[in-house]
Amino acid sequence: MPEIILTDQNFEDEVLKSSVPVLVDFWAPWCGPCKMMGPIVEEVAKRFEGKPAKVAKLNVDEAAATAEKYNIMGIPTFKIFKGGEVVDEFTGVQSKEEIVKRLEKTLQ
Amino acid sequence: METCSLRSQNFLFCMYDLIIIGAGPAGLSAAIYAARRALKTLVLGKEIGGQAIYASQVENYPGFDLIPGFELMDKMKKHAEHLGAEFQSFKVKEIKKEGDIFRVQEEDGKIFEGWAVVLCFGAAPRKLGIPNEDKFKGCGISYCATCDAPFYKNKIAVVVGGGNAALDAALLLAKFAKKVYLVHRREEFRAEEVRVNQARALSNIEIILNSEVKGFKGDKTICGVSIGDIVNRTQREIEVNGIFVEIGHIIKSDFVKNLVNLDEHGQIVVNQKNETSAPGVFAAGDATVVPYKQIVIAAGEGAKAALSAYSYLQQVKQ
Repeated sequence: MPEIILTDQNFEDEVLKSSVPVLVDFWAPWCGPCKMMGPIVEEVAKRFEGKPAKVAKLNVDEAAATAEKYNIMGIPTFKIFKGGEVVDEFTGVQSKEEIVKRLEKTLQ
Repeated sequence: METCSLRSQNFLFCMYDLIIIGAGPAGLSAAIYAARRALKTLVLGKEIGGQAIYASQVENYPGFDLIPGFELMDKMKKHAEHLGAEFQSFKVKEIKKEGDIFRVQEEDGKIFEGWAVVLCFGAAPRKLGIPNEDKFKGCGISYCATCDAPFYKNKIAVVVGGGNAALDAALLLAKFAKKVYLVHRREEFRAEEVRVNQARALSNIEIILNSEVKGFKGDKTICGVSIGDIVNRTQREIEVNGIFVEIGHIIKSDFVKNLVNLDEHGQIVVNQKNETSAPGVFAAGDATVVPYKQIVIAAGEGAKAALSAYSYLQQVKQ
Protein backbone atom coordinates (compact mmCIF):
# COMPACT_ATOMS: atom_id res chain seq x y z
CA MET A 1 0.00 0.00 0.00
CA PRO A 2 1.57 3.31 -1.04
CA GLU A 3 -0.42 5.39 1.48
CA ILE A 4 0.87 6.18 4.94
CA ILE A 5 -1.31 4.83 7.76
CA LEU A 6 -1.82 7.50 10.39
CA THR A 7 -2.34 7.02 14.11
CA ASP A 8 -2.73 9.45 17.00
CA GLN A 9 0.95 8.74 17.71
CA ASN A 10 2.52 9.33 14.29
CA PHE A 11 0.24 12.17 13.12
CA GLU A 12 2.55 14.91 14.32
CA ASP A 13 5.68 13.48 12.68
CA GLU A 14 4.07 12.31 9.45
CA VAL A 15 1.71 15.23 8.87
CA LEU A 16 2.33 18.31 10.99
CA LYS A 17 6.14 18.17 10.72
CA SER A 18 6.16 16.98 7.11
CA SER A 19 8.34 19.02 4.78
CA VAL A 20 5.94 18.30 1.89
CA PRO A 21 2.12 18.68 1.59
CA VAL A 22 0.13 15.72 2.93
CA LEU A 23 -3.33 14.66 1.77
CA VAL A 24 -5.15 12.99 4.66
CA ASP A 25 -8.16 10.77 3.95
CA PHE A 26 -10.35 10.57 7.07
CA TRP A 27 -12.33 7.35 6.74
CA ALA A 28 -13.95 4.47 8.60
CA PRO A 29 -14.68 0.86 7.72
CA TRP A 30 -18.44 1.31 8.32
CA CYS A 31 -18.71 4.09 5.75
CA GLY A 32 -19.59 2.79 2.27
CA PRO A 33 -18.51 5.88 0.31
CA CYS A 34 -15.19 5.87 2.22
CA LYS A 35 -14.52 2.28 1.23
CA MET A 36 -15.37 3.08 -2.37
CA MET A 37 -12.83 5.91 -2.23
CA GLY A 38 -10.14 3.49 -0.98
CA PRO A 39 -8.85 2.35 -4.40
CA ILE A 40 -9.09 5.92 -5.74
CA VAL A 41 -6.94 7.28 -2.91
CA GLU A 42 -4.47 4.46 -3.55
CA GLU A 43 -4.24 5.50 -7.22
CA VAL A 44 -3.68 9.10 -6.14
CA ALA A 45 -0.87 7.93 -3.86
CA LYS A 46 0.73 6.02 -6.74
CA ARG A 47 0.42 9.08 -8.96
CA PHE A 48 2.40 11.14 -6.42
CA GLU A 49 5.15 8.60 -5.85
CA GLY A 50 8.48 10.33 -6.39
CA LYS A 51 6.83 13.76 -6.14
CA PRO A 52 7.11 16.16 -3.18
CA ALA A 53 3.77 15.19 -1.62
CA LYS A 54 2.42 12.43 0.63
CA VAL A 55 -0.91 10.63 0.74
CA ALA A 56 -2.14 9.26 4.06
CA LYS A 57 -5.18 7.53 5.51
CA LEU A 58 -6.61 8.08 8.97
CA ASN A 59 -9.16 5.64 10.37
CA VAL A 60 -11.38 7.83 12.57
CA ASP A 61 -12.12 4.93 14.95
CA GLU A 62 -8.47 4.07 15.48
CA ALA A 63 -7.14 7.63 15.57
CA ALA A 64 -10.18 9.05 17.34
CA ALA A 65 -8.33 11.80 19.21
CA THR A 66 -6.93 13.27 15.99
CA ALA A 67 -10.31 13.02 14.23
CA GLU A 68 -11.88 14.86 17.13
CA LYS A 69 -9.15 17.48 17.19
CA TYR A 70 -9.89 18.30 13.56
CA ASN A 71 -13.62 18.36 14.23
CA ILE A 72 -14.50 15.60 11.80
CA MET A 73 -18.31 15.51 11.57
CA GLY A 74 -18.69 13.64 8.32
CA ILE A 75 -16.70 11.26 6.17
CA PRO A 76 -15.11 10.74 3.74
CA THR A 77 -13.32 14.01 4.46
CA PHE A 78 -10.04 15.01 2.87
CA LYS A 79 -7.69 17.61 4.29
CA ILE A 80 -4.45 18.80 2.77
CA PHE A 81 -1.83 19.86 5.31
CA LYS A 82 1.09 22.07 4.45
CA GLY A 83 3.53 23.40 7.05
CA GLY A 84 1.35 21.97 9.81
CA GLU A 85 -1.77 23.85 8.64
CA VAL A 86 -4.87 22.77 6.76
CA VAL A 87 -4.66 24.50 3.38
CA ASP A 88 -7.55 22.74 1.63
CA GLU A 89 -10.41 20.44 2.65
CA PHE A 90 -13.36 18.72 1.01
CA THR A 91 -15.99 16.17 1.97
CA GLY A 92 -17.78 13.42 0.07
CA VAL A 93 -16.99 11.22 -2.88
CA GLN A 94 -14.50 12.81 -5.28
CA SER A 95 -13.08 11.80 -8.61
CA LYS A 96 -9.41 10.86 -8.80
CA GLU A 97 -8.75 13.81 -11.09
CA GLU A 98 -10.32 16.25 -8.63
CA ILE A 99 -8.13 15.06 -5.75
CA VAL A 100 -5.00 15.09 -7.94
CA LYS A 101 -5.81 18.62 -9.09
CA ARG A 102 -6.26 19.92 -5.56
CA LEU A 103 -3.12 18.25 -4.23
CA GLU A 104 -1.08 19.47 -7.18
CA LYS A 105 -2.22 23.02 -6.48
CA THR A 106 -0.62 22.88 -3.03
CA LEU A 107 2.75 21.90 -4.51
CA GLN A 108 3.15 25.30 -6.14
CA MET B 1 -7.42 -3.88 -29.77
CA GLU B 2 -8.44 -0.39 -30.75
CA THR B 3 -6.07 2.36 -29.87
CA CYS B 4 -6.47 5.20 -27.45
CA SER B 5 -4.27 8.00 -28.64
CA LEU B 6 -3.37 11.28 -27.09
CA ARG B 7 -3.93 13.73 -29.93
CA SER B 8 -3.28 16.86 -27.94
CA GLN B 9 -2.53 17.70 -24.33
CA ASN B 10 -6.03 17.47 -22.92
CA PHE B 11 -7.87 15.66 -25.64
CA LEU B 12 -7.75 11.95 -25.24
CA PHE B 13 -9.62 10.30 -28.09
CA CYS B 14 -10.86 6.82 -27.53
CA MET B 15 -13.19 4.78 -29.65
CA TYR B 16 -15.53 2.49 -27.78
CA ASP B 17 -18.51 0.42 -28.86
CA LEU B 18 -20.45 1.50 -25.80
CA ILE B 19 -19.99 4.33 -23.35
CA ILE B 20 -21.96 3.93 -20.14
CA ILE B 21 -22.43 7.13 -18.18
CA GLY B 22 -22.90 6.36 -14.50
CA ALA B 23 -21.56 3.53 -12.36
CA GLY B 24 -24.47 2.60 -10.10
CA PRO B 25 -26.44 -0.66 -10.33
CA ALA B 26 -27.83 0.22 -13.79
CA GLY B 27 -24.45 1.19 -15.26
CA LEU B 28 -22.56 -1.75 -13.76
CA SER B 29 -25.18 -4.25 -14.87
CA ALA B 30 -25.17 -2.71 -18.36
CA ALA B 31 -21.36 -3.03 -18.36
CA ILE B 32 -21.55 -6.73 -17.43
CA TYR B 33 -24.02 -7.45 -20.24
CA ALA B 34 -22.12 -5.35 -22.78
CA ALA B 35 -18.78 -6.91 -21.91
CA ARG B 36 -20.25 -10.39 -22.24
CA ARG B 37 -21.32 -9.45 -25.77
CA ALA B 38 -17.67 -8.55 -26.41
CA LEU B 39 -18.43 -4.85 -26.77
CA LYS B 40 -15.51 -2.53 -26.04
CA THR B 41 -17.11 -0.88 -23.05
CA LEU B 42 -16.25 2.18 -21.02
CA VAL B 43 -17.96 3.14 -17.78
CA LEU B 44 -17.64 6.83 -16.95
CA GLY B 45 -18.63 7.49 -13.37
CA LYS B 46 -17.48 9.62 -10.50
CA GLU B 47 -19.23 7.56 -7.88
CA ILE B 48 -18.73 3.82 -8.33
CA GLY B 49 -21.78 2.10 -6.90
CA GLY B 50 -24.00 5.20 -7.00
CA GLN B 51 -26.60 5.82 -4.30
CA ALA B 52 -26.46 2.17 -3.22
CA ILE B 53 -23.11 2.67 -1.44
CA TYR B 54 -24.90 4.93 1.05
CA ALA B 55 -27.15 2.08 2.21
CA SER B 56 -25.66 0.50 5.32
CA GLN B 57 -27.50 -2.74 4.59
CA VAL B 58 -29.36 -4.00 1.54
CA GLU B 59 -31.94 -6.64 2.40
CA ASN B 60 -33.88 -7.04 -0.84
CA TYR B 61 -31.39 -7.86 -3.56
CA PRO B 62 -32.16 -11.43 -4.61
CA GLY B 63 -29.52 -13.86 -3.46
CA PHE B 64 -28.32 -11.64 -0.62
CA ASP B 65 -30.45 -11.57 2.49
CA LEU B 66 -28.21 -8.99 4.14
CA ILE B 67 -25.29 -7.22 2.53
CA PRO B 68 -23.78 -3.74 3.04
CA GLY B 69 -24.58 -1.53 0.02
CA PHE B 70 -20.95 -0.85 -0.82
CA GLU B 71 -20.11 -4.58 -0.72
CA LEU B 72 -22.86 -5.41 -3.18
CA MET B 73 -21.73 -2.62 -5.49
CA ASP B 74 -18.07 -3.57 -5.13
CA LYS B 75 -19.00 -7.08 -6.28
CA MET B 76 -20.83 -5.64 -9.29
CA LYS B 77 -17.88 -3.42 -10.19
CA LYS B 78 -15.38 -6.27 -9.92
CA HIS B 79 -17.70 -8.47 -11.98
CA ALA B 80 -17.81 -5.88 -14.79
CA GLU B 81 -14.06 -5.25 -14.55
CA HIS B 82 -13.30 -8.96 -14.67
CA LEU B 83 -15.27 -9.23 -17.90
CA GLY B 84 -13.20 -6.47 -19.48
CA ALA B 85 -15.19 -3.26 -18.99
CA GLU B 86 -12.97 -0.19 -18.52
CA PHE B 87 -13.61 2.44 -15.86
CA GLN B 88 -12.75 6.12 -15.76
CA SER B 89 -13.69 8.42 -12.89
CA PHE B 90 -14.83 11.49 -14.77
CA LYS B 91 -17.89 13.68 -14.65
CA VAL B 92 -19.47 14.10 -18.07
CA LYS B 93 -20.21 17.62 -19.25
CA GLU B 94 -21.55 17.13 -22.75
CA ILE B 95 -22.57 14.48 -25.26
CA LYS B 96 -22.66 15.30 -28.96
CA LYS B 97 -23.53 13.14 -31.94
CA GLU B 98 -21.51 13.58 -35.08
CA GLY B 99 -22.65 11.28 -37.85
CA ASP B 100 -23.01 7.89 -36.18
CA ILE B 101 -20.42 8.66 -33.51
CA PHE B 102 -21.03 10.03 -30.04
CA ARG B 103 -18.45 12.36 -28.53
CA VAL B 104 -18.56 12.38 -24.74
CA GLN B 105 -16.68 15.22 -23.11
CA GLU B 106 -15.80 15.39 -19.42
CA GLU B 107 -15.38 18.52 -17.34
CA ASP B 108 -11.66 19.02 -18.01
CA GLY B 109 -12.02 18.59 -21.74
CA LYS B 110 -11.08 14.95 -22.26
CA ILE B 111 -13.15 13.36 -25.01
CA PHE B 112 -14.23 9.75 -25.40
CA GLU B 113 -15.82 8.49 -28.57
CA GLY B 114 -18.32 5.67 -28.92
CA TRP B 115 -20.84 4.12 -31.25
CA ALA B 116 -23.59 4.07 -28.63
CA VAL B 117 -24.30 5.52 -25.20
CA VAL B 118 -26.21 4.31 -22.14
CA LEU B 119 -27.28 7.01 -19.69
CA CYS B 120 -27.37 5.67 -16.12
CA PHE B 121 -26.36 8.68 -14.08
CA GLY B 122 -29.04 8.15 -11.46
CA ALA B 123 -30.15 10.72 -8.95
CA ALA B 124 -28.46 12.95 -6.40
CA PRO B 125 -29.66 13.85 -2.89
CA ARG B 126 -31.95 16.86 -2.90
CA LYS B 127 -30.51 19.76 -0.95
CA LEU B 128 -32.39 21.99 1.47
CA GLY B 129 -31.64 25.03 -0.63
CA ILE B 130 -30.58 27.25 2.27
CA PRO B 131 -27.59 29.63 2.21
CA ASN B 132 -24.12 28.14 2.89
CA GLU B 133 -25.40 24.58 2.63
CA ASP B 134 -22.45 23.43 0.49
CA LYS B 135 -19.90 25.16 2.69
CA PHE B 136 -21.06 23.21 5.75
CA LYS B 137 -21.12 19.79 4.10
CA GLY B 138 -18.94 17.67 6.36
CA CYS B 139 -19.06 20.35 9.05
CA GLY B 140 -22.56 19.67 10.31
CA ILE B 141 -24.59 19.14 7.15
CA SER B 142 -24.83 15.51 6.07
CA TYR B 143 -26.57 13.62 3.31
CA CYS B 144 -25.38 10.23 4.58
CA ALA B 145 -26.62 9.13 7.99
CA THR B 146 -24.76 5.80 7.88
CA CYS B 147 -21.49 7.66 7.26
CA ASP B 148 -21.88 10.42 9.78
CA ALA B 149 -24.25 9.35 12.58
CA PRO B 150 -21.42 7.89 14.74
CA PHE B 151 -19.91 11.40 15.04
CA TYR B 152 -22.99 12.53 16.99
CA LYS B 153 -22.33 10.65 20.21
CA ASN B 154 -24.00 12.69 22.98
CA LYS B 155 -24.74 15.49 20.51
CA ILE B 156 -27.95 16.93 19.12
CA ALA B 157 -29.03 16.39 15.52
CA VAL B 158 -31.88 17.40 13.27
CA VAL B 159 -33.17 15.08 10.57
CA VAL B 160 -35.17 16.69 7.78
CA GLY B 161 -37.64 14.61 5.79
CA GLY B 162 -40.62 12.30 6.09
CA GLY B 163 -39.83 9.21 4.03
CA ASN B 164 -38.19 5.91 4.94
CA ALA B 165 -34.70 7.38 4.54
CA ALA B 166 -35.47 10.16 7.03
CA LEU B 167 -36.94 7.76 9.57
CA ASP B 168 -33.97 5.38 9.17
CA ALA B 169 -31.60 8.30 9.72
CA ALA B 170 -33.47 9.38 12.86
CA LEU B 171 -33.54 5.83 14.26
CA LEU B 172 -29.83 5.37 13.59
CA LEU B 173 -28.92 8.75 15.08
CA ALA B 174 -31.00 8.00 18.18
CA LYS B 175 -28.46 5.27 19.01
CA PHE B 176 -25.67 7.86 19.26
CA ALA B 177 -27.14 11.31 19.83
CA LYS B 178 -28.65 12.47 23.10
CA LYS B 179 -31.46 14.16 21.18
CA VAL B 180 -32.80 13.90 17.63
CA TYR B 181 -35.35 16.30 16.16
CA LEU B 182 -37.23 14.92 13.16
CA VAL B 183 -38.54 17.82 11.13
CA HIS B 184 -41.11 17.15 8.41
CA ARG B 185 -43.05 19.70 6.42
CA ARG B 186 -46.30 17.71 6.31
CA GLU B 187 -48.80 16.44 8.87
CA GLU B 188 -48.23 12.78 7.96
CA PHE B 189 -45.11 10.74 7.23
CA ARG B 190 -44.62 8.98 3.92
CA ALA B 191 -42.45 6.40 5.67
CA GLU B 192 -43.66 2.94 6.62
CA GLU B 193 -45.80 2.71 9.75
CA VAL B 194 -43.31 0.35 11.45
CA ARG B 195 -40.52 2.90 11.26
CA VAL B 196 -42.73 5.78 12.38
CA ASN B 197 -43.92 3.79 15.39
CA GLN B 198 -40.33 2.92 16.30
CA ALA B 199 -39.41 6.60 16.19
CA ARG B 200 -42.43 7.65 18.26
CA ALA B 201 -41.51 5.08 20.91
CA LEU B 202 -38.02 6.50 21.46
CA SER B 203 -37.70 9.11 24.17
CA ASN B 204 -34.77 10.91 22.51
CA ILE B 205 -36.58 11.53 19.21
CA GLU B 206 -38.80 14.61 19.07
CA ILE B 207 -41.05 14.85 16.03
CA ILE B 208 -41.79 18.32 14.68
CA LEU B 209 -44.46 18.27 11.97
CA ASN B 210 -45.66 20.93 9.53
CA SER B 211 -42.27 22.57 9.78
CA GLU B 212 -39.16 23.20 7.76
CA VAL B 213 -35.57 24.22 8.35
CA LYS B 214 -35.15 27.84 7.30
CA GLY B 215 -31.49 28.35 8.05
CA PHE B 216 -28.72 27.56 10.45
CA LYS B 217 -26.22 29.21 12.72
CA GLY B 218 -22.57 28.42 13.04
CA ASP B 219 -19.07 29.58 12.46
CA LYS B 220 -16.97 26.56 11.50
CA THR B 221 -19.52 23.96 12.47
CA ILE B 222 -23.26 24.19 12.98
CA CYS B 223 -24.58 25.18 16.42
CA GLY B 224 -28.22 25.88 15.75
CA VAL B 225 -31.09 25.82 13.26
CA SER B 226 -34.14 27.97 12.76
CA ILE B 227 -37.31 25.98 12.24
CA GLY B 228 -40.37 27.54 10.70
CA ASP B 229 -43.87 26.28 11.43
CA ILE B 230 -45.77 26.29 8.13
CA VAL B 231 -49.25 26.38 9.72
CA ASN B 232 -48.73 28.97 12.47
CA ARG B 233 -46.09 30.90 10.51
CA THR B 234 -43.88 31.06 13.57
CA GLN B 235 -40.15 30.55 13.75
CA ARG B 236 -37.92 29.27 16.52
CA GLU B 237 -34.26 28.51 17.09
CA ILE B 238 -33.04 25.13 18.29
CA GLU B 239 -29.55 24.33 19.48
CA VAL B 240 -28.11 21.48 17.39
CA ASN B 241 -24.74 20.16 16.21
CA GLY B 242 -25.79 18.94 12.83
CA ILE B 243 -28.46 18.57 10.16
CA PHE B 244 -29.16 15.34 8.27
CA VAL B 245 -30.93 16.03 4.98
CA GLU B 246 -33.15 13.18 3.76
CA ILE B 247 -35.65 14.87 1.46
CA GLY B 248 -35.43 12.68 -1.60
CA HIS B 249 -33.45 12.93 -4.78
CA ILE B 250 -33.25 14.99 -7.93
CA ILE B 251 -32.15 13.99 -11.39
CA LYS B 252 -29.41 16.16 -12.81
CA SER B 253 -30.23 15.62 -16.46
CA ASP B 254 -29.68 19.16 -17.71
CA PHE B 255 -26.57 18.16 -19.64
CA VAL B 256 -28.59 15.79 -21.84
CA LYS B 257 -31.69 17.93 -22.35
CA ASN B 258 -30.70 18.74 -25.92
CA LEU B 259 -29.93 15.10 -26.65
CA VAL B 260 -32.95 13.15 -25.36
CA ASN B 261 -36.55 13.80 -24.29
CA LEU B 262 -37.09 14.36 -20.58
CA ASP B 263 -40.33 14.45 -18.61
CA GLU B 264 -41.40 17.33 -16.35
CA HIS B 265 -39.30 15.95 -13.48
CA GLY B 266 -36.16 15.76 -15.62
CA GLN B 267 -36.43 11.98 -15.93
CA ILE B 268 -35.25 10.46 -19.21
CA VAL B 269 -38.13 9.10 -21.28
CA VAL B 270 -37.48 5.51 -22.38
CA ASN B 271 -39.55 2.80 -24.04
CA GLN B 272 -39.71 -0.86 -23.02
CA LYS B 273 -36.40 -1.51 -24.77
CA ASN B 274 -34.71 1.37 -22.92
CA GLU B 275 -34.40 3.39 -26.10
CA THR B 276 -34.52 7.17 -25.65
CA SER B 277 -35.75 9.65 -28.25
CA ALA B 278 -32.25 9.69 -29.78
CA PRO B 279 -31.14 6.66 -31.83
CA GLY B 280 -28.05 5.11 -30.27
CA VAL B 281 -28.76 6.60 -26.85
CA PHE B 282 -30.20 4.23 -24.27
CA ALA B 283 -31.02 4.88 -20.62
CA ALA B 284 -31.62 2.90 -17.44
CA GLY B 285 -32.01 3.22 -13.71
CA ASP B 286 -33.14 6.03 -11.41
CA ALA B 287 -32.53 8.72 -14.06
CA THR B 288 -35.35 7.32 -16.21
CA VAL B 289 -39.14 7.42 -15.99
CA VAL B 290 -39.26 3.77 -14.92
CA PRO B 291 -41.02 3.64 -11.52
CA TYR B 292 -39.72 2.17 -8.24
CA LYS B 293 -36.18 3.30 -7.63
CA GLN B 294 -34.68 0.02 -6.47
CA ILE B 295 -31.26 -1.60 -6.95
CA VAL B 296 -32.71 -4.74 -8.52
CA ILE B 297 -34.85 -2.73 -10.92
CA ALA B 298 -31.94 -0.50 -11.97
CA ALA B 299 -29.80 -3.59 -12.54
CA GLY B 300 -32.50 -5.22 -14.66
CA GLU B 301 -33.03 -2.07 -16.69
CA GLY B 302 -29.28 -1.73 -17.21
CA ALA B 303 -29.14 -5.24 -18.64
CA LYS B 304 -32.01 -4.42 -21.02
CA ALA B 305 -30.33 -1.20 -22.13
CA ALA B 306 -27.08 -3.03 -22.91
CA LEU B 307 -28.88 -5.71 -24.91
CA SER B 308 -30.79 -3.05 -26.87
CA ALA B 309 -27.53 -1.22 -27.50
CA TYR B 310 -26.01 -4.47 -28.75
CA SER B 311 -28.85 -4.90 -31.30
CA TYR B 312 -28.43 -1.29 -32.40
CA LEU B 313 -24.64 -1.70 -32.81
CA GLN B 314 -25.04 -4.77 -34.95
CA GLN B 315 -26.95 -2.66 -37.43
CA VAL B 316 -25.04 0.60 -37.27
CA LYS B 317 -21.52 -0.87 -37.35
CA GLN B 318 -22.15 -3.00 -40.45
